[in-house]
Formats: sequence, C-alpha cells, structure tokens
Amino acid sequence: MSSRQRLRAWIAAPVLALFAAILGWGFARAPAFGDFHGAYGDLLNRIAVPQRHTSNVVTAIVFDYRGFDTMGEEFILFASVVGVVLLLRAVREPATGQDDPVASDAIRLFGIIMVAVILVFGLWLAAFGLVTPGGGFQGGVAIAGGIVLVFLASGYRAWRTFGRERLLDPFEGLGAASYAAVGLAALIAGAPFLHNLLGLGVAGTLRSGGSMTLLNWAVAVEVAAANLVLYTEFLESYLVPHLPRR
Amino acid sequence: MACAATSVALCLDPLRQIFLSGVYGLLLAVLFVVLQAPDVALSMLVVSTVAYPLIVLIAISRTRRERGEE
Amino acid sequence: MTILVYAVVAWVFAIGIYGAIVSRNLIHLALCLTVTQSSTYILLLAIGYKHGAGAPIFEDVKLGTAAVDPVVQSLTLTDVVVSVTVIALILALALDVHRQSDSIDPDEISTLNR
Repeated sequence: MSSRQRLRAWIAAPVLALFAAILGWGFARAPAFGDFHGAYGDLLNRIAVPQRHTSNVVTAIVFDYRGFDTMGEEFILFASVVGVVLLLRAVREPATGQDDPVASDAIRLFGIIMVAVILVFGLWLAAFGLVTPGGGFQGGVAIAGGIVLVFLASGYRAWRTFGRERLLDPFEGLGAASYAAVGLAALIAGAPFLHNLLGLGVAGTLRSGGSMTLLNWAVAVEVAAANLVLYTEFLESYLVPHLPRR
Repeated sequence: MACAATSVALCLDPLRQIFLSGVYGLLLAVLFVVLQAPDVALSMLVVSTVAYPLIVLIAISRTRRERGEE
Repeated sequence: MTILVYAVVAWVFAIGIYGAIVSRNLIHLALCLTVTQSSTYILLLAIGYKHGAGAPIFEDVKLGTAAVDPVVQSLTLTDVVVSVTVIALILALALDVHRQSDSIDPDEISTLNR
C-alpha cells in the first residue's frame, strides 16, 4: 500500500465511522426481516389490478402511480448518454473501414441465431411487461444486447449498418420525447400530467393498462437506443485509431 | 453474497474483476428471485451479463492497448 | 436473520467504498461503485420482503394473495437500468483522463497535474 493510499484511507476513516454510526442507528429502528408492512405497498397491491387492469403491480407503479419519477429516471439516462457521446465522439477520427472478419461459419451462424433469439426475448419482455415480469426497461437492454451480438457474430462492417448515429440518435430522443408527450397529451386533454387517457383495456392482455402501454414502449425504445448509442460509442473508440494525445 | 461482493471489490486486475462482477450479478439476480422480485431480477440479469461486461471490456482494452504500444 | 441481512448490506456497502478508496485504477474504481450501489438494491428489496408472500404479480394468482412490497421493487428496477448509463459515463470520463494524462491511476494523475 503506497503512502498516498494510506493517506486516503485515513481521510476516509472518520467519514466511514460516522456513516457506520448513522447506519447502526437506522438499522436499530428498521423493521425485522420479512415483517414489513408499508401501508403504501399493501394498498397498491390491493387496488392496482382492479384500478389499472394490469396484473404486474410493479410495472403499474413504474408507469402510472409513480410515472413522474420514471420520467426523471429516463432523463437521467438520456443526460448521461449525451455525456458519453460528447466525451467519446469528440476525439474520434473518421472510420478507416477496417474489418476483422469472423473466421468460422459456425460461429457466424450460431451468432445470428442468437441475435434472433435474444431479440425476440427482448421484445417479449417489453411487450408483456404489464402482465408478467418484465417491461420496457429490461426489454430495452435485452434488445440492445441482441443487436450488439451482430458485431460479435459478423464483424464491424455489419455492425456499422446498425450502429449509425444518424439512425440511433433520433430514436433515443424519440423515446424520451414520447414519454413526455404521452404525459402532455393528458395535460392538453384537461387531465393531470401523465393521466391515463386511453381506456384501461382487459387485464392480462397486451393492451391492458391503457396509456401505460405507450409509456412502456416509449421506455423500451429509449433504453434500447440509449444502450446501442453507448455500445456504438465505446466500440468505435476501441476500433478507430484515436488522435494522438495532447 | 458478501463473499462475492468482497472478491469483486478487492480483485485488483479489472479484467478478472469484470468476470467476478458478472458472477456477482447473477448471484444478485438469484437473491432477488428468492426475495420475490422477478422484475428486478430480470433487469439485473440483462444488465450485469450484457451491458457492464461490454463497456468495461472495451474500456480495459482501450487503455491496455495504448500501454502496449509504448 | 434480521441482523444477518443488515450486516450483509452494510458489509457490501463498506467493501465497495474500501475498494474505491484504495483503488489504483479508475476502471476498478467504477466497478467498486457498482458494488456499493448493489448494497442499496439488497437493502430495499430485503425491507420490502414479507414471509410467505408472493411476487406482486397477479397473473394466474387470486387477487388479495399476500405479496411483497411492490414500491421498493419499482424503485430498484429503474435504478438498475439507469446505473448502466451512469457507469458508462464514468468510464468515458476515465478514458478521457487516460487520453490526457496516459494513466488510469488516480495517484499518478494528481502527480502529473502538479
């Protein structure tokens, strides 16, 4: 351990001790494990299905009861992706068009099958989020993960056709904007922001939950595009020779 | 659980660390299922096995490669 | 059982912070932060857990069945996904630092800037 590390540890020690004290104080009053009765959660568990016609209460909370928080989260996502893009895109030279072909046909075939499987899985996750576990957030990450497999399976050139910023950036903005738009539509119609405008649909079907479905897909598009933009930026910064350091 | 977290935090080589953190993420996902939170388990699963490794591996290779060139 | 759960949470949090403090590598530091963050997930979900209760998803389950607290789950859910992009931002900053000073060791960076 270097002297500097030791110094940092000493600086951190009192802060951590203070934190431990606060933590101990908090835990002393915390409910026993498995014996929590939050009025809010219990209430929502009882009323969410009859009130919102969605069988997944967690998704109902994310997109309806606490939809405004979710919009905040979405914009955190958006802002940090913008930050990454600003940091990484600034230093890049134009792509040199290098390609590293995947040698084995078997790998390529397997990869492409996996792309299809994971894409379908991601779409399923996103689509049935209001019925079974899943939703736009998880589905979006899975979709992005499936598409990035294209890169691993068939090389950089094939990836470029997916990863073009011109295509992806609008999608990301669209996802964030349409979430706000669904909320504003309710406002224009004279209801509170993010109010559920459309009918509630039938519980247990794809169309259950009314405008929650729209919000769900908006989030799915936003998350998938955001992750793809991230992957693209990182992959490009890896493959493309960067400018000499200043 | 605590052991897995410890190994992630204390593994000094980032390359080994990212594999450990993948295992840690999977353990977390299992724990979340046990705690009756399938939604969170799913998101932890996709995030810790796809997103983290990808960006971290690229960041590592980027810093490694330049060091090799010198 | 209660003490064990809270002890694990505190330990995971502390070990993540410790790793970040003694870290000699910014990428390592970012991963330590994810460990620290995961302690909050465990804490939230552990608090929401109820003995003998099912998941708060009422597909094929009679309404009114005991279920764990869904509010903490939805908090955790969005946070998990958003954390990826935040970590990506941290890594991008680390790469930028690396480009400027040719090092990802926080100690060396502060030496160079002096």
